[in-house]
Amino acid sequence: MEQTVILTENLTKRFGNFTAVDHISFEVHRGEIFGFLGANGAGKTTAMRMLCGLSRPSEGRGSVAGFDIARQPEQIKRNIGYMSQKFSLYEDLKVWENIRLFGGIYGLSERQIAEGTDRLLRTLDFEAERNTLVKSLPLGWKQKLAFSVAIFHAPKIVFLDEPTGGVDPSTRRQFWELIYDAAERGITVFVTTHYMDEAEYCNRVSIMVDGRIEALDSPRELKRRFQAESMDQVFTQLARRAKRSEG
Amino acid sequence: MKQFFSFVGKEFRHIFRDRRTMLILLAMPVVLIILFGFAITTEVNHVRLAVYAPSNDELTRRITERFSANDYFDIVETVRDPKQIDALFRRNRIDAVLLFGHDFQNDLMHTGQGTARLIVDGSEPNSASMMTTYAENILAGYRAELAAENATSLSPTILPQVKLLYNPQMKSAYSFVPGVMGLILILICAMMTSISIVREKERGSMEVLLVSPVRPIAIILAKVVPYFCISTVNLISILLLTVYVLKVPIEGSLFWLSLLSLVYIFVALAMGLLISSLLATQVTAMIASGLLLMLPVMVLSGMIFPIENMPGILQALSTIVPARWYVAGIKKIMIEGLPVSYVLKELGILSLMALLLITASLKTFKNRLE
Repeated sequence: MEQTVILTENLTKRFGNFTAVDHISFEVHRGEIFGFLGANGAGKTTAMRMLCGLSRPSEGRGSVAGFDIARQPEQIKRNIGYMSQKFSLYEDLKVWENIRLFGGIYGLSERQIAEGTDRLLRTLDFEAERNTLVKSLPLGWKQKLAFSVAIFHAPKIVFLDEPTGGVDPSTRRQFWELIYDAAERGITVFVTTHYMDEAEYCNRVSIMVDGRIEALDSPRELKRRFQAESMDQVFTQLARRAKRSEG
Repeated sequence: MKQFFSFVGKEFRHIFRDRRTMLILLAMPVVLIILFGFAITTEVNHVRLAVYAPSNDELTRRITERFSANDYFDIVETVRDPKQIDALFRRNRIDAVLLFGHDFQNDLMHTGQGTARLIVDGSEPNSASMMTTYAENILAGYRAELAAENATSLSPTILPQVKLLYNPQMKSAYSFVPGVMGLILILICAMMTSISIVREKERGSMEVLLVSPVRPIAIILAKVVPYFCISTVNLISILLLTVYVLKVPIEGSLFWLSLLSLVYIFVALAMGLLISSLLATQVTAMIASGLLLMLPVMVLSGMIFPIENMPGILQALSTIVPARWYVAGIKKIMIEGLPVSYVLKELGILSLMALLLITASLKTFKNRLE
């Protein structure tokens, strides 16, 4: 039986008379890797902010990890992890200090943090970098570390906002291995991305155009329906319908 | 609570990692106090003095000799016509002029009162005050001598009438310590807090923190704690330097001095928060702090320019500058040694400002999160 961890019904966000997110409804299941695609300005970020409890919906409802996004944002925050491309980690803190900080923020005990840190560094093969300042790590490493920190407190869901921006394809692949590991451990992954090759890695993909979800299915189904060879072509067909200008 | 402490730890690390900034923060008050302090205690030598003695009698000659024998004064001009004086000042030929009354010796001998006027270039208030003191000392010394000579008759007095050109009030001389305190606290509390919050926004880490279960108020408080500590260290170092290096004693109560400073620190922190919630980048935060905080503190707090001399509109404007009230209050407690009842107004105004600013900044901070 599939367990639903994210559920939205007619979720809508308006800023004045501009509707950023327009009645979107979808479900995400436990352990699923859910790709959230859309051109810039399609409403991805706004939708994600609502799911993370940062922004209140104007209309409709939604629940994340069993909590209502409008009424229980604090409980939601305890059960999710978050990582964005813009911010990996504090550059002027050492690797272990970053881990410790986020462990502390999520209320882990000293022992959980100490054990978790060892495990994390071992898994990433980063043991030598424990005392390195994050700013001297290469970008790909930072992002792998940032992802591991985002799921350090074993959240039910991790939200990734364009996590692999600016990284080369081989590093991206390594990053996706981490995502698969997390999903296998039952962490649901909600990921936005620009890279269509990454969309192929997702279990299911939704594509937003002008604030609405225009397509939602597994990559294979989508390609079949749009008679496309790649997700890139699917995306291009859908994005062409956009009326909003990019930006 | 544990979250909060992880956060405070992080903020301290940010500061300690950035050694250069930290050193600047800790050294700045020391440098400023020493700079200002020694600018004030420097002796004034070789004041270029002009003399106007219309009666040209024995007494005026003797007094003039006194001045020329003194190291502090060089007599560079003997003025025949008082109308020349203005031109001499304007051409920067003289620093001060000594004008005797029309019938100096006669007046002194018959009425016991002679008038000698001293006109001093007040554009540099510190040296002006030194010149005045020296001149008064010389006149007083001569008067004592004169009194001893004519022990029998009524003791004659010379009334030195001092007139300061350009800056008649001379109010700034001792305000520099309170002024530097006002400046440093604003700088560290407001500017550094706002920059460090805006930095998180700029780098995107604020977003990550907001998605975490940490309450926004905890983020803000954790930011404030280290800067509060640094401000306290600065306050202590300023006071120590003032007392032990500049030898300016703290006349009033240290308790009220600290309390007033605490309230002021809160005002500064709240201003920093307000700035940071309104702005998005570190550069704008820096510029805004510089223009909105530093400049008014320097110009409108009475630190450098006496408020009483300002045009009405600037005086009115200065009432909304917190530093003005802080500097005034500290001056009263520290320099004048007045009891707390005299600074209730300053304390009240600052508390009110703190309350308003903290409310406003928390509100804008919350609104920005939506």
